[in-house]
Amino acid sequence: MYKYNDFDAAFVAERNKQFRAQVARRIDGSLTEDEFKPLRLMNGLYLQLHAYMLRVAVPYGTLNGRQMRQLAMIAERWDKGYGHFTTRQNIQFNWPKLQDVPDILDALAEVEMHAIQTSGNTIRNVTADHFAGAAADEVEDPRPTAELLRQWSTDHPEFQFLPRKFKLAVTGSEADRAVIRAHDIGIQVVRQNGEVGYKIIVGGGLGRTPMIGKVLRAFLPKQDLLPYVEATVNVWNRLGRRDNKYKSRIKITVHEHGIEDIARRVEARFEQIRPAFSGIDQVFLSEIEQSFAPPTYRADATSAFDAAYETDPLFRSWADTNLTAHRNPDYAIVSISLKKHGATPGDATADQMRVMADLAERFGHDELRVSHEQNIILPHVHKSDLPQVYAQLRAAELGTANIGLISDIIACPGMDYCALATARSIPIAQDIAEHFDALKLEHDIGPLKIKISGCINACGHHHVGHIGILGLDRAGVENYQITLGGDGTEDATLGERAGPGFSADGLLPAIERIVRTYLELRQDPSETFLQAYRRVGMAPFKAALYPESQANAA
Amino acid sequence: MSRPFTKVITANALLEGDVIYWTEEATWTRHLSKAEVFEDEAIADEQLMTASAQTDIAVGVYLADVHLENGLPQPTHFRETFRTKGPSNYAHGKQVELN
Repeated sequence: MYKYNDFDAAFVAERNKQFRAQVARRIDGSLTEDEFKPLRLMNGLYLQLHAYMLRVAVPYGTLNGRQMRQLAMIAERWDKGYGHFTTRQNIQFNWPKLQDVPDILDALAEVEMHAIQTSGNTIRNVTADHFAGAAADEVEDPRPTAELLRQWSTDHPEFQFLPRKFKLAVTGSEADRAVIRAHDIGIQVVRQNGEVGYKIIVGGGLGRTPMIGKVLRAFLPKQDLLPYVEATVNVWNRLGRRDNKYKSRIKITVHEHGIEDIARRVEARFEQIRPAFSGIDQVFLSEIEQSFAPPTYRADATSAFDAAYETDPLFRSWADTNLTAHRNPDYAIVSISLKKHGATPGDATADQMRVMADLAERFGHDELRVSHEQNIILPHVHKSDLPQVYAQLRAAELGTANIGLISDIIACPGMDYCALATARSIPIAQDIAEHFDALKLEHDIGPLKIKISGCINACGHHHVGHIGILGLDRAGVENYQITLGGDGTEDATLGERAGPGFSADGLLPAIERIVRTYLELRQDPSETFLQAYRRVGMAPFKAALYPESQANAA
Repeated sequence: MSRPFTKVITANALLEGDVIYWTEEATWTRHLSKAEVFEDEAIADEQLMTASAQTDIAVGVYLADVHLENGLPQPTHFRETFRTKGPSNYAHGKQVELN
């Protein structure tokens, strides 16, 4: 993986030194909160409902064992012994104290991590396919591109005061596991006539006004990436609505001007600035690519896997749901579920972090990934090691066999932590997971993505959930709206609102009615919830959700 | 009929971020039960200005609705109820720290 060079290390150290002094000046009264707030946000420090929250960047979701151990240390020393992995592949600590944050940032810098640009109106942490470098269906590892974009966007002087935040995601596969169509710019590594380049998608985003991104350029030569992305951000930086926070994202700019007009402006700007890019970025890129060289794979027999698969039903169930095909047939990609039934989605204790670090170091070429679905990935595990890996995960309560199933729920922190939330998300996720586990229906239901947001900002990606849940405040009571049919993949679709919302007590029965309706109407068990929804549409689900209004209409 | 004016002044503590309330002694407390309850809007606004000026202690000072039960202020909105307790997924925050 990428190693900090002297410049990176010096930059982070300097920023940490500056922030330490800023915190000291805030505490001694030299800085007001109005002066301090933009400074702390630039360093990922929020003030939430009950405490500060520090959001630490995990660039393109990639971690090594040493970094994961340091996160565990931070969780124990300065927090309450756990961390929360987020839908932007970051980790959040929910209970740091202001005066400790400079020490936490120094501890992060020791392992080449930071919290810079995880907040504020700037280009945020660049995300990527969590199976990058391992997926069987990949054109090219997207992480060198993501790292190049990280270096370009970090402290970019033109992009520190953008109209609003700006999010980039990169994938190297046609199968989109990075939700690139719901980002300000989505980048897909593609091959055209033997040449590797990029498909550029712009103007996607969820939140108050959800939009699916549109293709800005079907094929961009690789060497043109930075000038082209810079031209795009530049066009938006000039056109973007600074007068209205709710219309400031690039999705609105694209919507208001039309994709053709934006494309014309971007191409014109691109022609202007391209000569200024001397090609040094491509020199950097080739150096970066070397640090993402694939691991040296072993050629051992995989019989230990086959034997365990035949004899151990628990292992078999886990292998069936939590493993994904690796490009090397002797290897597998392991998804570690942070969604034990009844647990908080995305949370890991310090002990669990150390178990995952240990497994990565012993069995996984020292690589870990954070997925936007709030799980942890071991991207390269030899199949013969899987029985041992599973046994250790199980002992650490990390062995839940539910990836992609109804209890593998994305949930934002919601009103249990977040100052912006309008309702809670976590208890809803806990109830749904426990309920369907108790019914023993989960594996029969099959692939089904539930995504929950505790406010309209949609950190929980509810618009692209097969079942999306949005928590709102309706006259001082928590109320939950349901959307159906959303999809965050290459077939990205926004879910359709089913109808009036449900109370917290009424929501779980409503979800069960949706699921039972699906089980009754599916053609056979191979027809997934999403396929069935696309075939039959909203009507049967609506009838199940709102029997009274159906009766009234009859 | 408009609701009677019954409010407390609340904020987050600068150092810990914990929820705090303004008291009759012009100090801050972690306990809602010890907060000064305002039933006169003019006095509340005046005290809000005084409390807001304590920027070395408090961040994000505002007036929150309460109602009285046995003479003690109770939150009116569920958000304020959560602020008196802490998160619902772990026994963290005020629900354990105040006991």
